[in-house]
Amino acid sequence: MSQSYDRGLVEDFGRWQEFSAGMWAWVLHKFTGWVLIGYLFTHIAVLSTAIPAATGDPAVYTGTLQSLEELTVVRILEVGLLSVAVFHILNGVRLLFVDLGVGLGSQDRSFYASLVLTGAIVVASVPTFISGAF
Amino acid sequence: MSTQIAEEQQTDEPGTGQPADAEAEAEREENEYAVPEWATESEDGPGENEDTVRLEVFRYDPEVEAKQEPRFDTFHIPLEQGMTVLDALIYARDQYDTSLTFRHSCRQAICGSDALFINGSQRLGCQTQVQDLETPVRIEPLPHQEVEKDLVVDMSHFYEQMDAVDPYFRSEDVEEGEEQRQTRENREKIKMSTRCIWCGACQSSCNIAAGDNEYLGPAAINMAYRFVMDDREEETIKQDRLEIIEQEHGVWRCQTQFSCTEVCPKDIPLTEHIQELKREAVKKNLKFW
Repeated sequence: MSQSYDRGLVEDFGRWQEFSAGMWAWVLHKFTGWVLIGYLFTHIAVLSTAIPAATGDPAVYTGTLQSLEELTVVRILEVGLLSVAVFHILNGVRLLFVDLGVGLGSQDRSFYASLVLTGAIVVASVPTFISGAF
Repeated sequence: MSTQIAEEQQTDEPGTGQPADAEAEAEREENEYAVPEWATESEDGPGENEDTVRLEVFRYDPEVEAKQEPRFDTFHIPLEQGMTVLDALIYARDQYDTSLTFRHSCRQAICGSDALFINGSQRLGCQTQVQDLETPVRIEPLPHQEVEKDLVVDMSHFYEQMDAVDPYFRSEDVEEGEEQRQTRENREKIKMSTRCIWCGACQSSCNIAAGDNEYLGPAAINMAYRFVMDDREEETIKQDRLEIIEQEHGVWRCQTQFSCTEVCPKDIPLTEHIQELKREAVKKNLKFW
């Protein structure tokens, strides 16, 4: 055949509604992984600049953290960070079992379980994170 | 299938006496069997009722100028008990459009020719019941392979990957005519992996294989599993095989999305086999000293 038709990669992303459980687990694991890496660097940047090594004043550190915690956005982002971290941990445990060849037949159910557990933990944590924010 | 056509002929025969427009009559002359008036390709047909199913089929033909732009054609197929997607496609080709192109051979899910992208999932046309699907049934060629014409894709890359793992039995010191015995347990172990029909559904569903052309893909790795786990081959040959699959684009590219396992028409636990080979590859390189 002299010619052929390449449909390109668009179809992959256009078909997200047809993704199966394993695919969603992979997508979410990648996404949460990148979020955690992004958070890690932000965390290091904020704390290292706030540490009073340069000024010798502990009040700088305390002041930085207190002013951050006063922001409602930060409180809400903390809940988001927890949900991302908890999902990444639980799905990581799931992947550990997958790598060991344990329970591959119920990989979709273990993904749903990790989602539900994440949701429960996040909901339970909301009072702690949000109290006093509003 | 032959009896099915015979039945169609019988039911269609009384229809020939009915009045119809010129276009339908011209079509009738071309075809061996009568085409029902409602079963035209146009959108303004009678629509869906309990007796017909609407197929939306991907069309593309690089050799005809008017068909070089990919499009979807609609066919209304009279539904029958037990009709598969392949039956529906054959009906559409035989009755409406003889240029509709797709691969098929055995019609019983063993030749692996008719893996198609049906309603967003890789399935065998001959194994998929039309009545189990949501309508309209959307039929496309396998994703991530280049389309040659209509539903026919270029499988050469898939076959290259399959060949890359030496998918044949090798044994060094077997005398001529000597019987090679396999234990029942070992046969059970490789049983599922031998069921591969080379349809390419797994490779097409794999997100990693789509982005990395060098990745062996689930089918090839499963084929490697079939021989690595076979006790009748010598240890040296097993090591050779493991060396192929532990390459950069071998087993380690698998990220356990389970897409291949979900679409495999023969229910081969592909991800499980890939994971087992990963462990074999690690064990091969582990040294305690």
